[in-house]
Amino acid sequence: MLKTFKIGGVHPPGSKLSAGRPIENLPLPLSVFIPLAQHIGSPAVPVVARGDVVKTGQLIARSNGFVSANIHSSVSGKVKKIDSMADSSGYPRQGIMIDVEGDEWMEDIDRSETLSREIDVDGQEIIDKIQKAGIVGLGGATFPTHVKLIPPKGMKVEILLINGVECEPYLTSDHRLMLEKADEILTGTRFLMKALKVKKAVVGIEKNKPDAVRLFAEKSKSYEGISIIELKVKYPQGGEKQLIKAVTGREVPSGALPVAVGAIVSNVGTAFAVYEAVRKNKPLIERVVTITGKGLANPSNFKVRIGTPTSAIIEAAGGLPEDTGKIISGGPMMGRAITHPEMPVTKGTSGIILMKKTESRRQEVIECIRCSRCVRACPMGLEPYFLMTASEKNLFDIVEKERIMDCIECGSCSYICPSKRPLLDYIRYGKAKVGQIIRTRKK
Amino acid sequence: MSITIVYTIATLSILGGSAAVILYLVAQKFKVYEDPRIDEVEKALPGANCGGCGYAGCRAFAEACVNAPDLMELYCPVGGDEVMGKIADILGLVAVKKDPRVAFIRCNGVCEFRPDTSNYDGVKTCAIELLVYSGETDCQWGCLGYGDCYEACDFNAIELRPQLGVPLIIDDNCVACGACVEACPNNLIELRKKFPKNRKVVVACRNQDKGAVAVKACKVACIGCGKCVKVCPFDAITLENNLAFIDSDKCKLCRKCPPVCPTGAILELNFPPRKVIE
Repeated sequence: MLKTFKIGGVHPPGSKLSAGRPIENLPLPLSVFIPLAQHIGSPAVPVVARGDVVKTGQLIARSNGFVSANIHSSVSGKVKKIDSMADSSGYPRQGIMIDVEGDEWMEDIDRSETLSREIDVDGQEIIDKIQKAGIVGLGGATFPTHVKLIPPKGMKVEILLINGVECEPYLTSDHRLMLEKADEILTGTRFLMKALKVKKAVVGIEKNKPDAVRLFAEKSKSYEGISIIELKVKYPQGGEKQLIKAVTGREVPSGALPVAVGAIVSNVGTAFAVYEAVRKNKPLIERVVTITGKGLANPSNFKVRIGTPTSAIIEAAGGLPEDTGKIISGGPMMGRAITHPEMPVTKGTSGIILMKKTESRRQEVIECIRCSRCVRACPMGLEPYFLMTASEKNLFDIVEKERIMDCIECGSCSYICPSKRPLLDYIRYGKAKVGQIIRTRKK
Repeated sequence: MSITIVYTIATLSILGGSAAVILYLVAQKFKVYEDPRIDEVEKALPGANCGGCGYAGCRAFAEACVNAPDLMELYCPVGGDEVMGKIADILGLVAVKKDPRVAFIRCNGVCEFRPDTSNYDGVKTCAIELLVYSGETDCQWGCLGYGDCYEACDFNAIELRPQLGVPLIIDDNCVACGACVEACPNNLIELRKKFPKNRKVVVACRNQDKGAVAVKACKVACIGCGKCVKVCPFDAITLENNLAFIDSDKCKLCRKCPPVCPTGAILELNFPPRKVIE
């Protein structure tokens, strides 16, 4: 019997169209736009000016505070301007635009593919290197990794979980990375273990990736302290709290961080970035992005430089299909539709999905039939139908008591609802309002 | 047979009589004194229960009026000076005088001027759309058109115009309760001084982007050029964050600013047509 988290969850069709496609390098774009806020925390502060010539891997924006991350140039060329551009929420965000000229890397970056498994650096040095490289959680939440590695005082980390679940339908970037860079990921995991001073790490992989499970089971034997666990397929298993519950059986208390139950979760992509930062001195300037969609000619996995416009990736995968209704950045369950295809790839972009018009259209909403399927689907044990109605009626004190802030916005309730009710839309609204109330109360 | 009826009537009469006595005694014992003026004031109020005064309804406002030492902070925007005068007479106090106000949506970005660049198919309320992104047009400041203000209005004073994308306030119905001002997530609605015949000169824009960006998203956006500020003889116009604002309390409706506006962001409404100078 395979493990999984106990309550809730849904089973959307996998649709992993690009699972068999090896990771290819995307040709360099003509210009990149690198946003200053690609992580949770305060935006980075630019250290270059207009007209400066930068090399690939050069620091272009310094982290501003502890919860923030450095940003490096992903290409070599000339800084065209430091300006704003509308992001997926439509609001302008500051960023650095660089015109690409050649591909000249910083001298201290080791670009060779040679594998080196030695763990000869001490914990503090690993954390420093991770911070310097601007590594953030690549699963999508983009929380600065170095902050995670320094647990709050009095908390003890016992176990490191490496998230190879990739529970979102369509996405295959983590899957491909696991198949192609298994040793690097495991070495990166060893680095993270050393930085956290933990003896045990578990890689969680869902059953629908048997090749990755087999490969990791084989490889992990030669890495001390790392084991692997095969998990049942269920969305949203890749959620931090769900993964901890599935692997360790521990439940993260309401409003607490995972470290409260002695666990830290990192994505496989993050582990790979850690390996590259510590061993090869390479900052986080590229990531694997899945480009997929039922109407797309060649669904693929590309290694993409940060800041590359989405349109360049679509072009490389065979061009925008005629009947595209939506371009989604991220997975189909939690990703957001983007408003224009020039939107750049950021550190958190795990995939780009082109939805057909027929797929993306919302269906007609009818009344709640009290079937309670949303309650059964909610992985946080909430009552989505109630949170929706109460948020709709602006009863924010009640939804706060009903733990609306625990919602992880996975979308399982909206997915499962037979009446096609927009549960998550209203819950997000309630969350935003309750968040405001909590913030004013703190002041 | 008839005796049963007599007994029944007698029993019920005794029961009813004793209950009346008990109720009377209890009512005397637990009597709460209520200022009779509260009822009088409430009667004078419009009875709309709109909450425009800041209280939970007309009764609550009446109580507040009676209990207040003066009426300086209290004003019923629906009744206006007339009703406040009546209340002042009842209470023997002096009411503040305020100009009547009317709500105005500071956006003229109808579809013709402000084309859609994306398509939103989520829940059709402005507040929720704004959580997802800045709206279907390139202007992040403008009206989203799903009518949160329309839902909030109790007086039938807002007309939803889905085909145009921006609702219209019907000045004659508007009582300036301010419910729509609260409801609009983009803070577009302003309560302005009400001029005779509903005339108004107003900057129908909230776009604080730089001129070039603003006009790209919407043809009638305020670009912050400041021409209106220079032409205004009454210092009623201020320019802040690339956006002009006409203070309706200072404006004298001289209509000097609309012709100088290069984008047509300043509207003059309900005026007779201008004479064409040959």
